[in-house]
Amino acid sequence: MEKRLRLVAPALAIVLAAIASLAFAEIPLSQRRSGYEQMSREVKAMQDDDTSNPASLSVLDGEALWTRREGSAQKSCADCHHDAETSMRGVSARYPAFDAAKRRPLDIEQRINLCRTEKQQATPLPFESRDLLALTAYLGKQSRGMPIAVISDDDTKPFIEAGRQIYARRQGQLNLSCQNCHDDNAGQKLAGVELPQGHPTGYPLYRLEWQSLGSLQRRLRNCLFGMRAEPYAYGADEYVDLELFLMWRARGMTVETPAVRP
Amino acid sequence: MTARALINVPRKAKRGDVIEIKTLISHVMESGFRTGTNGKTIPRDIITSFACTYNGEEIFATQFYPAVAANPFVTFYTIATDNGTLAFTWIGDNGFEVTQEAKIVVE
Repeated sequence: MEKRLRLVAPALAIVLAAIASLAFAEIPLSQRRSGYEQMSREVKAMQDDDTSNPASLSVLDGEALWTRREGSAQKSCADCHHDAETSMRGVSARYPAFDAAKRRPLDIEQRINLCRTEKQQATPLPFESRDLLALTAYLGKQSRGMPIAVISDDDTKPFIEAGRQIYARRQGQLNLSCQNCHDDNAGQKLAGVELPQGHPTGYPLYRLEWQSLGSLQRRLRNCLFGMRAEPYAYGADEYVDLELFLMWRARGMTVETPAVRP
Repeated sequence: MTARALINVPRKAKRGDVIEIKTLISHVMESGFRTGTNGKTIPRDIITSFACTYNGEEIFATQFYPAVAANPFVTFYTIATDNGTLAFTWIGDNGFEVTQEAKIVVE
């Protein structure tokens, strides 16, 4: 018995050391992979061809909304920003971005609603509404193929750090952090599904499980439910900080918007 | 918002070629089996049939049922026989009807 213990102890120490080195280990930049690479051939084909990508339908809706006059100002997005293909190129890739007036980063959904309330004098679009998803998908598509360009500077750094803390914090009844799955165990199986590294390269994206387009906040909510934690309200600062951290973590990766995921 | 449909038909084909046609339409395909937040059943709202004609002659038709997912994607093959028009019609609950056309040049 004692002899066996003596054999087990060093092995246990090695295992513990391995676990300790895994924890808090961020994925090296060169080893980051988009969830796209883990998809089946069929779903990849669905995303790659615009006429089979169901998110294209929302992009067309967004294109129509871009030129529709709204609110008491009776202005459309196009009246100020003109052709989205040139004026909005690369914009989504930079969001969430710091807003000087709000002294906070805003995600692209909040930025659109800021334009609606201040410039168009219209009511803000509800989160996950068909119109807001369509507009974000249309804007996102203008950045497709470009590198994610969220920056860490004096303004954004405190919020990236706040997002990183939420990412690393254990929460919910299962006592899991985002990191436990998406850094420490990415590529392993969870109930038969391969865990992705969790890079938000294609939002808003069409999820086959949802049978609709959804934002990154909806996806985060989904994960929080899975951890049996209480999700934040849509538009909460915590979500935006987390979005900012995740986009910064995926900096330089290619925008796939609008992507398809199983 | 009106239903949007995307159709992918090759613009040009050689006579006798087998061509692939892909169609995608936006539709919620509400099955009629789900209950809403008020506990009441959400009424069924689906596309029930889809057909394609090639210069007026029906070349493909199918029926949809509640188990079909939202935004149905249908792909099928036909033989390019002549210059002309392919017309696609989706018919569904609550008077849903969408028709779209695509032209093809056969050499």
